[in-house]
Amino acid sequence: MSVPISLFQVVLAAALMGLSVLLSWRLRLGLGRDILIAGTRMTVQLLLVGLILGWVFALRSPWPILGIGLVMTVLAAQAAVGRTKGRYPGIFLDAFAAIFGSSFILTGLALSGILQIRPWFEAQYAVPILGMVLGNTLTGVSLAQDRFTSDLGVGRSAVEERLALGATRWEAAHDTVQTAVRTGMVPTLNSMAVMGLVSLPGMMTGQILAGASPGVAVRYQIVIMFVIAASSALGSLGAVLLAYRALLDSRDRLRGERLGK
Amino acid sequence: MASRRLWQGVDLEVGRGERLAVSGPSGVGKSLLLRALAGLDALEGGEVWLRGRPQSSWPMPQFRAEVMYLLQRPAPASGTVSAHLAEPFGFKIHAGKSYRSEDAARLLEHLGRPSTFLDQDAARLSGGEAQLVALVRALLLSPTVLLLDEATSALDAETAELAETLLQTWLDTGPARALVFVSHDRAQQERFATRIQLLSGVGA
Repeated sequence: MSVPISLFQVVLAAALMGLSVLLSWRLRLGLGRDILIAGTRMTVQLLLVGLILGWVFALRSPWPILGIGLVMTVLAAQAAVGRTKGRYPGIFLDAFAAIFGSSFILTGLALSGILQIRPWFEAQYAVPILGMVLGNTLTGVSLAQDRFTSDLGVGRSAVEERLALGATRWEAAHDTVQTAVRTGMVPTLNSMAVMGLVSLPGMMTGQILAGASPGVAVRYQIVIMFVIAASSALGSLGAVLLAYRALLDSRDRLRGERLGK
Repeated sequence: MASRRLWQGVDLEVGRGERLAVSGPSGVGKSLLLRALAGLDALEGGEVWLRGRPQSSWPMPQFRAEVMYLLQRPAPASGTVSAHLAEPFGFKIHAGKSYRSEDAARLLEHLGRPSTFLDQDAARLSGGEAQLVALVRALLLSPTVLLLDEATSALDAETAELAETLLQTWLDTGPARALVFVSHDRAQQERFATRIQLLSGVGA
């Protein structure tokens, strides 16, 4: 087990933040306020989460876990849409569906099928894994959605040109779909490429800090990365296909007007 | 699109061999009319008919394989001109046709371009050349009706006339072909149109 941290020690760490505030003040970077707000936010959020998780862990019932998962998904969908510039009516629901579908399916498979956790909703595993999967899927979904809607805005004439020559909506938008899904996958692929070399993943280091042997920690990390990659792919694809359905109608028309300015 | 109504009560018919010019002040909705004819924009009311059959009963790819709309500014392309011209032959609706570079070269020759033009990088075409390529791309698919939205606006006068001659040949060689075009070039309109449809805005 890792060494417990007292509240005093947390405050000591917060003092380190003071260093950056001081720097900002001396160099007139104007970041002091932002640093303080970000630091305070982070502390409050995490303390709250710690409280809630402690409470949930004690309950040993799947419902609060699913509830937390749902709240996390809604927040993830909101964040994903928030980062997308071209929005259409219903984009939030689509983002939610894509993130929910991919994250829950893959986390469920990982917990019950691969890690064989019994019961599968064991909070110690379910919550952190779902959290990691959601966080990465959200990035993929938002990038893919953003790329797709902006390509249809800018590259609109290429898609429309094909439609005008008799292409079905799928033939016309196929390469746009492809590019968007690929864009959604890039961060995951990039992070996998340098994992262990340039970056030491948080979960693995966390497990090692908590006393797990590096061998076990590494295997967990590998499993988790595959789950994350699969969920990002599925989520990106889902989000793009839903956006495709919203922006190209069954009469093979591009509905550019649905993209709010 | 804004909820402003652009025009109403437009009733036009295009017969075989016709070259109909759609005319009217800027912003009156000439492009919109052409786009609606191609089914790229929905009409608030009314219906487009092709050979006695309403547009709504046609599968759109099939309809647009016959009634082809050319955008004023072609989209940026990549690859060679030849590859760009061949692309639509990959659509399911054109499965019965096949791309032959001789056909493309012949059409381009009529427009005053050598056959080496086919190997050029499509991304580096000038605005006028891109319009030529777009025109050839449509003609190769032998549509029944062509809707040209200022499709020769970036061409020099000489090439524009070559394009007109080519279009006339296309009209003459098919069984029942027709052309609808929008042009800001008044001389071209007078010279080339067999009929002019004046579009006036609502309340204008």
